[in-house]
Amino acid sequence: MFPLSSTTDSTTEVPRDEVRETEIARISAALGDAVVDSLVKPHDDMWIRVTADSWLRTAETLKSLGYNYFCFVSAIDWMPSPFGKGEDDPTEPAPERDMSIKQGYTGGATRFQVLARLTQPHTSLGINIKADVDDATMSIQSWTSVFAGANWHERETWEMFGIVFAGHPDLRKMYLPTDFEGYPLRKDFPLLARIVKPWPGIVDVEPMPGDDEQEEGGAS
Amino acid sequence: MTMIGDRQQLAYIAAQAADARVNVELETEGMTLNIGPQHPATHGTLRIIARLDGEQVIWAEPSAGYMHRGYEKLTEVRTYPQVTALINRIDWLGSFANEVPFILAAEKLMGVEAPPRAQHIRTILFELSRIANVSLFLGDLGVQMGAVTPVFFAFRDREYVLNLIEAATGGRFHPNFDRIGGLKDDLPAGFIDETRTVMKKLRNFCDEIEGLLFGNEIFQSRTRGIGVIPKDVALQYGLSGANLRASGVDWDLRRDQTIPMAWDKVDWKVWTHPDGDSFARCWVRLQEVRESTKIVDQLLDTIPSGPVMAKVPKIIKVPEGEAWVSTENPLGEMGYYVVSQGDQGPFRVKIRSASFNNISIVPWALKGVYVPDIITILASLYFILGDIDR
Repeated sequence: MFPLSSTTDSTTEVPRDEVRETEIARISAALGDAVVDSLVKPHDDMWIRVTADSWLRTAETLKSLGYNYFCFVSAIDWMPSPFGKGEDDPTEPAPERDMSIKQGYTGGATRFQVLARLTQPHTSLGINIKADVDDATMSIQSWTSVFAGANWHERETWEMFGIVFAGHPDLRKMYLPTDFEGYPLRKDFPLLARIVKPWPGIVDVEPMPGDDEQEEGGAS
Repeated sequence: MTMIGDRQQLAYIAAQAADARVNVELETEGMTLNIGPQHPATHGTLRIIARLDGEQVIWAEPSAGYMHRGYEKLTEVRTYPQVTALINRIDWLGSFANEVPFILAAEKLMGVEAPPRAQHIRTILFELSRIANVSLFLGDLGVQMGAVTPVFFAFRDREYVLNLIEAATGGRFHPNFDRIGGLKDDLPAGFIDETRTVMKKLRNFCDEIEGLLFGNEIFQSRTRGIGVIPKDVALQYGLSGANLRASGVDWDLRRDQTIPMAWDKVDWKVWTHPDGDSFARCWVRLQEVRESTKIVDQLLDTIPSGPVMAKVPKIIKVPEGEAWVSTENPLGEMGYYVVSQGDQGPFRVKIRSASFNNISIVPWALKGVYVPDIITILASLYFILGDIDR
């Protein structure tokens, strides 16, 4: 009655979303060669990826196109965590992990990407904006001159990912002590709670529902 | 002639000297005022540092972070069903409402939709948590201006709503009831009749608060024209919910986006106010509680029959992709940007909570106001610390 459609490719069945397609065409025309890639998921959402140099210009342009509601600015660290889910047994050598970077929608070339969202209040259309952050400089322009609300979001992103927002008036830590070292939301920053006390699931293994015949040997 | 001229000049000089003396006597010295971290006006531990010139604030800055729990990091080591137990604690007065956008985002990525009955019950519980949350705000408002009675009314009537939430979910504050594909359970027997009585009580409570507080002369003189936030400023700071609607922006995510919930199946109204002052923000919230009781009443009449859970696998693996879902929570727009890499747990979750943006306007809004108004402006912006710090 309520089938799982995730296994089948349903893109052919979904009717075209003309509103979002015209919108993304309008945005791409206004931004010109700043747009690297764009994506429309019909009746769902829009994504664009812009070049790092045009990060500030993107905000200005989108604001003039009616996207004047500031939703958030954040970042994504695309590197897979070297600690996995923090469920490794500390007495055994760390398992091999696939550390290749798999980028999400609209692709990307760097480990860090900034992610922001703006909304058009009168139509409720929102757009997710991404830009690659150069690994060497770890710096991108600040949006505070266009959206005053970006101030706190950029402080948080700087604190958590170490991405510097050039032109930010007051880049200070929000949550952590001033002398704290490291950037907690980076994937290579370990979740200390799982280091101090190993995950109890290592010794307390119950068979997963569904694979009764395959008993885990490690359970004691 | 010369004599008069001299006399005039001397009088002028004497007057100048007298003025200067008065100015010297009244010269004010800057001081820094610390409000919090513990203060009744803050739901949790927020500290406001205000630099004053006499009675006026010349600079103010909230200092958040006393309650930062790092949920965005914690979600990365948990599975999707485990995450709801964490995000319950973001806005702890309206917990169920926190779960919904996250579950909807996961469902969107999986291509699952909850059955109509589950969508209906979700909407009912969502609105009940809004009522529980905002009714406490309405009572608390009085305390911050020296009126003690309303808060007792609020705690009394909120308890009825919490009892309902407990009856349905098993938890008063942290239901952890929403599941990918539907709900943990169906409604208990007698829930519908009980809810109808409670909604009547809550409407009564709104009338009481309106008479006690909103009609009060002191309340009005302390909130009207205080802390005015114009529309364009509100938008560029990303204010949402009642704070935005009180600045005249007619935008409500319950009405304006297509989302698999039941708000489009009932008849209700979005309230706005053109003033943008503290009074407008409080007034819009009062009307929203009334509207919510009406939504719940109508939804109770039309609950469809059927299952409350769609067919989902026992071990939930969410396919690769990215999804953003936000809903109109009691405090404003709350959204989750979920990045999945085909695992049992999310790769990254960005939690966009309403209070973080709503409070980031405080340095702007407090500039130039008088000390007693700090409290009313903060109260009317309405924030919950767990929602700022996450």
